[in-house]
Amino acid sequence: METTIEKKYTYKDFESDQEVRWCPGCDDYVILRSMQKALPEMGVKREDVVFISGIGCSSRFPYYMNTYGMHGIHGRAPAIATGVKLANPNLSVWVITGDGDSMAIGGNHFIHVLRRNIDLNIVMFNNEIYGLTKGQFSPTSLLGQKTKSSPYGNTQPPFSAGELAIGSQARFFARVGGNTPKEMTQIFIETVKFKGTSLIEVMQNCPIFNDGAYDEFTNKEVREDRQLFVEHGKPMIFGKQRNKGLILKGLKLEVVTIGENGIKEEDILIHNAKEEDPTLHQMLVRSKYPLVTGIIRSFEEMTFVVREDEQTAKVKANSKFRKTDDLFFSGDVYQVI
Amino acid sequence: MNTPLTKNQPETLEAVIIRFVGDSGDGMQLTGTQFSDTSAMFGNDIATFPNYPAEIRAPQGSLYGVSGFQVHIGSVEISTPGDEVDLLVAMNPAGLKTNLHAVKPGHTIIVDTDAFTRKNLEKAQYETNPLEDGSLSNYRVIEVAMTSLTKEALKSVEGLDNKTITRTKNMFALGMVYWMYNRSPEHTISFFNKKFKSSPSIIEANTKVLNTGYYFAETLELIPNAYTISPAKMPSGTYRIIMGNTATAWGFLAAAEKAGLELFLGSYPITPASDILHELVKHRHFGVKSLQAEDEIAGITSAIGAAFAGDLAITTTSGPGLALKGEAIGLAMMIELPLVIVNVQRGGPSTGLPTKTEQSDLLQALYGRNGESPVIVIAASTPANCFDYAFQAAKLSLEHMTPVILLTDGYIANGSAPWKIKSVNEMPEIKHKIIKEASEDWHPYDRDEDSLARNWAVPGTPGLEHRVGGLEKDRISGNVSYVPENHEYMTKKRAEKVKRVQNYIPELKTEFANEGDLLVVGWGGTYGSLHSAVKHMNENGHKNIGYAHFNYINPLPKNTEAVLKRFKKIVVCELNSGQFVKVLKMNFDGLNLTQFNKIQGLPFGNQELEEKFKQLLK
Repeated sequence: METTIEKKYTYKDFESDQEVRWCPGCDDYVILRSMQKALPEMGVKREDVVFISGIGCSSRFPYYMNTYGMHGIHGRAPAIATGVKLANPNLSVWVITGDGDSMAIGGNHFIHVLRRNIDLNIVMFNNEIYGLTKGQFSPTSLLGQKTKSSPYGNTQPPFSAGELAIGSQARFFARVGGNTPKEMTQIFIETVKFKGTSLIEVMQNCPIFNDGAYDEFTNKEVREDRQLFVEHGKPMIFGKQRNKGLILKGLKLEVVTIGENGIKEEDILIHNAKEEDPTLHQMLVRSKYPLVTGIIRSFEEMTFVVREDEQTAKVKANSKFRKTDDLFFSGDVYQVI
Repeated sequence: MNTPLTKNQPETLEAVIIRFVGDSGDGMQLTGTQFSDTSAMFGNDIATFPNYPAEIRAPQGSLYGVSGFQVHIGSVEISTPGDEVDLLVAMNPAGLKTNLHAVKPGHTIIVDTDAFTRKNLEKAQYETNPLEDGSLSNYRVIEVAMTSLTKEALKSVEGLDNKTITRTKNMFALGMVYWMYNRSPEHTISFFNKKFKSSPSIIEANTKVLNTGYYFAETLELIPNAYTISPAKMPSGTYRIIMGNTATAWGFLAAAEKAGLELFLGSYPITPASDILHELVKHRHFGVKSLQAEDEIAGITSAIGAAFAGDLAITTTSGPGLALKGEAIGLAMMIELPLVIVNVQRGGPSTGLPTKTEQSDLLQALYGRNGESPVIVIAASTPANCFDYAFQAAKLSLEHMTPVILLTDGYIANGSAPWKIKSVNEMPEIKHKIIKEASEDWHPYDRDEDSLARNWAVPGTPGLEHRVGGLEKDRISGNVSYVPENHEYMTKKRAEKVKRVQNYIPELKTEFANEGDLLVVGWGGTYGSLHSAVKHMNENGHKNIGYAHFNYINPLPKNTEAVLKRFKKIVVCELNSGQFVKVLKMNFDGLNLTQFNKIQGLPFGNQELEEKFKQLLK
């Protein structure tokens, strides 16, 4: 519903005058720049863009964007953003959050915003650690992980952001590495086209408290062999030689090699992000080899605002009340002379 | 229906207090509401008070499952539902047992004898049947086999099951009371026709039982004569009966229309505030947007989002919910956005007494947040003026760019009274601070010189892109600032901004006396009780006692100290253990302050107040 415009912005139009204060080498810089580069491609006016965040390293993001923004309170950004969008559905509203902000303290808002399917775009910076409070385990930290608050190893099993989201009826879920700005920019642009709540999980490296958490998937040398970047309508092929692929064997995904054991390219699964049934999407989310990135799920349904608007239009059409006076003086009123 | 009156002319009374009690499923709230609505239409002044258990359907016949509805009607000004009752209608032994103490000696009790079974008597912990053991000899007891008479009356109506038949017996009682007080059942019959439009047999059944009760009373020799209460002398105009919670909701509707803004409500259901939500969700035709959120925090934070985007945003709750909203109120205060938080107070602490009234959230409203985070706190004092204070909360919030906490309580929220309807045209202007265009030197935290309110730059406006947040802000740009002097400056500015609201609110007035020996002080929902107690004393010769009621608590009216100093002694009456008295002590030195408190989940009674005041006057 965002209005399109002729004026062409560059990424510089979206830089605020505030000095960026993340640690050197943090993937947050990559996300910031990818967003600044994506926005001019979205056909949205700058004054219609709003960034809402919670608390944490990620949540400083709005201060660095030359748009409207609010740095809210811990975990509540989805609820604040819901209010913004309901107040003015014309706005392009983004939620910036982290793994702790969205899945620990803000878990309730996170699942409900996805359930409602209001047209918001949520970018989750998942670094599997608490950064701003200096290194405690988060709800996505691994079992056994040693952190400031788990010196003998983490005993709380982690959430998978994608599984939790799809379990909460997310219609759009994408995952991307924090060190692949081109893909990230592309996903941000696609996200805006999607009507409904969308969640983008960025595997964001924290160089200070959880350095290398994603190395086995995101390092340049292994990335092509370990990551499958899915695209709707295309076969699920990965690998440096582009000869690995996914097939469905029984109820499980299996990695096969094209040209071995009689496997041909047409045997490889075609990615259907628009499928309503999330079963296969959940399997892709869970897969560790390959780790699946790209837009995994993108199933459009009526959004919350549209549903609300339709109801309001119907009520308005059938109501005899135009002004509050019509209501106040209606029904059981009586005169005192 | 115009029924000829009895052979005896009805005796005229000035006022009467009636209480209907029964099981929580007996329909006592409906019975009471119908009687009070009918009386209001007749021209009486009224005040009502429902008193019901927290359990929706407590075990039948149990003492704690008793639901009651009290109505006070008069030809004179009525400001409370009253203490002792002239007529008690008890649908079962438990109702009689728990309410007998409230009946004036010598006055009337109507009972449904069919409900006085051995089982019900046991449940009500009666060892002997009070109808037989002489324990009611001080009262005039009218024994009626209401259940069997109802069954008999409905014999000819087809398609009714046993449950429906028994549930109609409350209308038998209502019919009797209508006759006794010379009221026509007409209004209630037209209510049936509207309410049960789709089930003619239910309309027929209720109408029949109501009329049967009415005629039964007429022919019954046990009732010597009917009474009547003449219409009250009230200012002329168009009236309706309104409940406090409805009035609150309507005040916001009026404010949104007046301000030219859309109304947004973010709310999570909680007793006794949910009726505001129920009311506002109906009004989509006015463009009201509402979100029943996933929790209290999402209720307020969604409202903060809507306020950021330019709506008149409100959130509604009760005590425990206010506690959950604390952090978010701090955010709204910090980013200086308009937001109204309604707290319909109930008995606390913790879950406390959800269906009972109390004034124990005052200090929470004033101070229940981290850091120094002053907000405007105002309180409504009658069911009808919930409308005015909701409107005023919205106005102050929008004009001063700050959160406002509006306190009401279970007593005025569920109570009802006549409301002289106010057209939106009669309400004062609301000038919100939205700016449409950017000037060269615009800054998000530029302030109005007089009010210190900042401007309201709403997303969607070109050139006003800016960021706000909970981190301390630079005094001009609103950017994050850790500068020590800036933090002190901003802390003081935020306090000063709220303090200056004094220049925009009415001064404190006293009633009955401008100076004297004793000043009775109250705030919020106790107005009716305190006012009528002082009035009664004044009419009985105590001209040295005045009354001051506070609706504005933060800031206090400018002349507060001057007014209080004119009295030798001050008694602050509150339904808590003394919170407002602390506020006064903190603010003013040298006042002779005493306090009178009640913490029973119930409003003040007239007698206890007068006794206390007389004792203080000695």
